Amino acid sequence: MYVSYQWLKEWVSLDGITPEELGEKMSRTGIEIEEVKELSAGLKKIVVGEVKECIDHPNSDHLHICQVDTEEEVTQIVCGAPNVAAGQKVIVALPGARIVDNIKIKKGKMRGEVSNGMLCALEEINIPQAVTPKEYADGIYILPEDAVNGDSVFPYLGMEDAILELAITPNRADALSMYGVAYEVGAIYNKEVTVPSFTGQETGPKTALEVNATVKETEAVSDFYLRKVKGVTVAPSPRWLQNRLMHMGIRPMNNVVDAVNYMMLTFGEPMHAYDASKVGNMEVCFAKEGESFQALNEEEYTLTAEDLVIRDEHQILSLAGVMGGESSAVQDTTTDVILEAGIFAPSMIRKTSQRHHLRTESSQRFEKGVNAAMPKQAIDALAFFIQELAGGEVCEGRLDVVETEVKLEEITITTDRINHVLGTSLSIEEVVEIFGALQFPTEVMAEEIHVHVPARRFDIHIEADLIEEVARIYGYDRLPSTLPSGAVESGQLTPKQKMIRQFRHQLEGQGCQEVISYALLTEDEANRYALAEGKNVALDFPMSQEHAFLRQSLVTGLLNDLQFNMARQNKDLAFYEVGTVFEQGADRLPIERTHLAFALTGKQTPDTWQEKGKEVDFFYAKGLVEGILAYLNPVETVQYVASQREGMHPGRCADIVIGDIIIGYVGEIHPTDAKRRDLSRVYVAELDVDALNDIAKAGIQFAEVSKFPTVTRDIAILVDRTVTNGEIEALIQEKGGKWLRSVTLFDVYMGENIAEDKKSMAYQCAFNKQDATLTDEEIEQAMNKIIAALEETYQAVIR
Amino acid sequence: MKEKLEALRDETLQAILAAKDLKELDEIRVNTLGKKGPITEVLRGMRDVDPKERPIIGAFANEIRDVLNDALEAKKEDLEQLALEEQLKAETIDVTLPSANGFVGGSHVLTKVITEIEDLFLGMGYQVVDGREVEEDYYNFERMNLPQDHPARDMQDSFYITKDTLLRTHTSPIQARTMEKHDFSKGALRMISPGKVYRRDTDDATHSHQFHQIEGLVIDKNITMADLKGTLELVLKKMFGEDRSIRLRPSYFPFTEPSVEVDISCFKCGGKGCSVCKHTGWIEILGAGMVHPNVLEMSGIDSSVYSGFAFGIGPDRIAMLRYGVNDIRNFYTNDIRFLEQFNKEEE
Repeated sequence: MYVSYQWLKEWVSLDGITPEELGEKMSRTGIEIEEVKELSAGLKKIVVGEVKECIDHPNSDHLHICQVDTEEEVTQIVCGAPNVAAGQKVIVALPGARIVDNIKIKKGKMRGEVSNGMLCALEEINIPQAVTPKEYADGIYILPEDAVNGDSVFPYLGMEDAILELAITPNRADALSMYGVAYEVGAIYNKEVTVPSFTGQETGPKTALEVNATVKETEAVSDFYLRKVKGVTVAPSPRWLQNRLMHMGIRPMNNVVDAVNYMMLTFGEPMHAYDASKVGNMEVCFAKEGESFQALNEEEYTLTAEDLVIRDEHQILSLAGVMGGESSAVQDTTTDVILEAGIFAPSMIRKTSQRHHLRTESSQRFEKGVNAAMPKQAIDALAFFIQELAGGEVCEGRLDVVETEVKLEEITITTDRINHVLGTSLSIEEVVEIFGALQFPTEVMAEEIHVHVPARRFDIHIEADLIEEVARIYGYDRLPSTLPSGAVESGQLTPKQKMIRQFRHQLEGQGCQEVISYALLTEDEANRYALAEGKNVALDFPMSQEHAFLRQSLVTGLLNDLQFNMARQNKDLAFYEVGTVFEQGADRLPIERTHLAFALTGKQTPDTWQEKGKEVDFFYAKGLVEGILAYLNPVETVQYVASQREGMHPGRCADIVIGDIIIGYVGEIHPTDAKRRDLSRVYVAELDVDALNDIAKAGIQFAEVSKFPTVTRDIAILVDRTVTNGEIEALIQEKGGKWLRSVTLFDVYMGENIAEDKKSMAYQCAFNKQDATLTDEEIEQAMNKIIAALEETYQAVIR
Repeated sequence: MKEKLEALRDETLQAILAAKDLKELDEIRVNTLGKKGPITEVLRGMRDVDPKERPIIGAFANEIRDVLNDALEAKKEDLEQLALEEQLKAETIDVTLPSANGFVGGSHVLTKVITEIEDLFLGMGYQVVDGREVEEDYYNFERMNLPQDHPARDMQDSFYITKDTLLRTHTSPIQARTMEKHDFSKGALRMISPGKVYRRDTDDATHSHQFHQIEGLVIDKNITMADLKGTLELVLKKMFGEDRSIRLRPSYFPFTEPSVEVDISCFKCGGKGCSVCKHTGWIEILGAGMVHPNVLEMSGIDSSVYSGFAFGIGPDRIAMLRYGVNDIRNFYTNDIRFLEQFNKEEE
């Protein structure tokens, strides 16, 4: 909503208040002002000139050479506008002038002819072409005949004014009119508001005899009023009105249409004028499915059975509350006009407007709601205003086709309640004074204040609405600053939140950088590398194929990040991410789990002058996982089980199993996948954080550190290659007895001197007793049990 | 005999002094004091000496042996010291040569901002509550006082999965879910809910279809707007400096009333006006308000007894403002050269 400062002054006294001050004050008390724009800002040396002579340029098919009287002198200016002619008063930018976009006008020559300035179109002095009258849209603007040569053009164009651009929030639709804005400004400065009146004589025949209308859809139409003005002369509006409309963002058309728009700006009630000769018996109803409608904007719309229209026996006259029709539009030849004011259901207007991508000044107001008490007042004012501008006779009486009684809110409030919510200590007098400034009538009864909310503030229904009014008029700056009192629980993270923070520390300490990737991916990306095969969650209407499905795994996002970096020559990357993965299960809402994943490529450590860095490999990745799991300390053993997963290297991937739950996997990305992304070897792991949170943990159990020496024994065995280290270690652990503290693999050998299907594995077993030194026999016994078990189970040969 | 011993002593002392290394010194020791050395020989040949002179010669020989021993020991220490010094000199390195450190990791800048805010509120007795990212329309909108026909919930603003489920557009549904579960007989509800949110925006420098939000909520019997102001003042000062002041401007959110936008005085220019604050001296930092009675009632909370405040912070915006990041996409494309700049202690 644009508001003219000069127009506003006609409603509320703004003495001593500059437009900037007004804007700041409004922003701080209720309605955000996006911009305060002085209309003449940045423009300089732009004066009225009179075209004394206008001849065609000899060397051009479109330029004209004009002799222009600017009072000080008659000067030659070359002008390309098709509509320039002798005798016109025009806008002249003199040499040294500044026009739109800070362009400086200089003396010059155009195709050999001297040109001492420029004749301007409105858009060249910062009035957007979209709002300039159509007759001047392709040429220069012609000023009124009585404009005085050499004068500044600004007074003639209503540009000695500032425009405030209001950002209206959905709750303040009351400020979509001068009427509403004036009351708002009156409230914040505690000043009286003068509402302009538009009155006259009803000299025409009875309206009821002239027009006929029925409303079929009373659910969608709460009010519907008609008036008629006969014998009008359609012509351009007076300059002041055209200027005002342009600066408020509306293109002047003719005196009737301009009057309708002006009344909308004045009272916030969108109305419509029909050429009465084109209108039969009016009916407000829904359009037929697929019916076509030729609108005023020269576009054709195919309507649906949910679009509310006003029609007669022959055709659709207008799309209710949105836009009028071409056929019944007021034209130069129109003599009788039917005026319509109504209130249409906001949601219906919004849907129609959205369906047809047709947002108009009218639809925007009806969508947000209009003052229910206004249509009657507005349509009366409109009829008399048209009479004033275009002559004719206003028909007697208003046809009230549908009328709904305006229900005024009366809300009871106490200062206790206000102070309780705001933390203030306002007295009844102070509160009543605030409501006085808002022009809300009040009655005080003991502690209670009964507030009568005027119809124009249709956003106010409950106590909280009134408290907000009090707060903003009182001023948020004046509120005290306190902290919530009362008992405080200790704020602490949940075990899962703590665990995640711990994982972060561990991974970051080992050189991993956290990333945050997009959760929405392509269909193929979304479920690739998923820990468990599941159904994708798809967006209903995605904006693009790139972001259409919710991820089931964090790995794809990490690979995207690696790819993005590698393409920028960033090498040796270790990324990790914590985030939600999604799977469509049986329930309406998808299953969401928190996962942790990392992806590594390149070197573990940088190359230095001393030595080359080592490449990351499966075991490095596994080590990162083990670090995390060691910290968690699960009760059950962690197993790494070789697994085949889509997108993973078939020989280098392991499921991580705790108890019988697969809590994640670690492995190398399939070289084909990596190559597709121009990546070399990439190692990844993905862990289900929720599963890790749920597993039983051994916790911390302190044990005295043994004072007795730890004894180690090495054992080397020859076994089949198919036997895994995991199996051997598990067996040694199982059979090693209660003094066995650790088993460490220290050598693996395959190759010469060993059968092709065999491998040699060497382990160090460490034994320790809490309360005594172990004897040789005790250790010997333990080792013998281990050896016997290995021989028996895996046919191991002790070397 | 005595002269012979004296000559031997002087000769040997000179040799010790002249010795160049430990090996030479050891040879001198063996040659002079060893089993076959002259001193031993003298002592061994004592039986041939006149018994009267024996003690004198013996004592003298012993004295010489001690003198030589001392001299040998002293020289040995000198030589050892010298050898160590030479070794250390040889081992000297250029300490400005590059280190052999591994790669350095760190948290994403948004995680840093979120963690900082979490810790501030944990210290004030708030819980950090996480929630679902795919939500029911009911929790995301209706429970936030955005009924079906509300203009603020137009289709193009959100990503729907089905007619009734969507990617949350704010973390408020967590609040609705927490409010309805909270046992107010056990005290106030104080919570913040951080997380990813999604809106139907075309990604550009200032828009992202995925971003983050931290919403806060306090509900108790005597919560006032002054408490909101005081809390935000405290938190924003901790985050942006003790010299900051805040101001509240009226605004509109369906779930709060009164609703306000909160500005802080510009941390770049201190309020004088600069490019960061667009020459206003103020930076819009978050939205807040008193919880709308409808929101309380829908969660089964009696709005005539309980009141509360709520606020919403955008970590992406905070990070952009604080560090001068001018393209939000940087947060989600994860160029390591961008990310690693934030792996530092805050000044």
